[in-house]
Amino acid sequence: MARINASVYSSHVPAIGAAIDNDKTGEDYWKPLFAGYEYSKQWIVEQKPDVVLLVYNDHATAFDANFVPTFAIATGEEFQPADEGWGPRPVPVVKGHPQLAAHIAQSVIQDDFDLTVIHNLDVDHGLTVPLSLMFGQPEAWPCLVIPIAVNVVLYPPPSGGRCYALGKALRRAVESFDEDLNVQIWGTGGMSHQLQGPRAGLINQAFDNAFLDCLVTDPETLAKKPHIDYVRLAGSEGIELVMWLIARGAMNDDVEQKHRFYHVPASNTAVGHLILENR
Amino acid sequence: MALDKSYRDIPGTTIFDADMARQGFALNQFSLSLMKAPNRERFKADERAYLDEWPMTEEQKQAVLARDYNRMMALGGNIYFLAKIFSTDGLSFQYAAATMTGMSQDEYRDMMLAGGRSPAESQHKEESSDG
Repeated sequence: MARINASVYSSHVPAIGAAIDNDKTGEDYWKPLFAGYEYSKQWIVEQKPDVVLLVYNDHATAFDANFVPTFAIATGEEFQPADEGWGPRPVPVVKGHPQLAAHIAQSVIQDDFDLTVIHNLDVDHGLTVPLSLMFGQPEAWPCLVIPIAVNVVLYPPPSGGRCYALGKALRRAVESFDEDLNVQIWGTGGMSHQLQGPRAGLINQAFDNAFLDCLVTDPETLAKKPHIDYVRLAGSEGIELVMWLIARGAMNDDVEQKHRFYHVPASNTAVGHLILENR
Repeated sequence: MALDKSYRDIPGTTIFDADMARQGFALNQFSLSLMKAPNRERFKADERAYLDEWPMTEEQKQAVLARDYNRMMALGGNIYFLAKIFSTDGLSFQYAAATMTGMSQDEYRDMMLAGGRSPAESQHKEESSDG
């Protein structure tokens, strides 16, 4: 059967993608950030996932203001890197796993999670920057990817508790798929940041580090954190962190932390990164 | 019963909720149209004429012409949609964020390098003078 063996958590700042695409990773500004992903690039080569369930949010790219799905899953054969206004990122096309995606959609809807099902989806930096951080600049991405898009643009996003429970439903769905597959789930976005208004530039290192601690050891409690705490303490865009709870929910209660990294700043944002394996 | 909108007391912050999205729909759809190169060209050639193709309020159009991002957000704009406007102008997210704070881009970048804006300074409007 298919099984979720590990999870990866990472910020998905667009400027990180631009630094990779424009060969700026060796600059003093960026060096400490990319050093934090060196372990991860080695680790993923050894892990060889067949499929990644990649939880991310669209940034007014594929979804306009007319349709705002709270949770969506993409079942297409492949997904093109989106043109976000300055041309698509020069990264490989993202290949999906239509059979597993359709199986997950049917399974979780019957498990009371009413996902929106999408076929064609252009994927923006929210999805491609984590792939670049983990895999570098390959000719083709070395695994299949199922995009799971979460609304965190229109307030309110889904609650932390709902995200955590969706993770558990995704795990049940994966484990009922007959093909033997090594599956990972990634949660992306965050950490503390605010991109708008006179309070732009907010960073809260204490909040972020407490979040990282709690995500590993006590996600049940973390899932109860109300939205207002995220926006007040971690900035209006810090609320993206609820997406990490989806990935954590798909894991065992008891996990082994393989890697942890935290860095400020990448452009406007605090960068956090974790790798967890099931014990 | 009224909805709990306690996030309205966070200083210097506009939360893009369903009510704001309703007011800003045309402004946000206009912004998104600038993802297409031919639309960017037409907008640059005559901003006012391009704006007049959209069912936006005059106040929203004036805010766009003035590139007043705080005003655009107060009128229902969302930053990820509005980003298409400053991208059309060839400006970065960090530049746009700096203009919203009233800082120069250099001052803003230095603040980020020093660890960002302190969370202690601005959590509730009553604690802050900028709200």
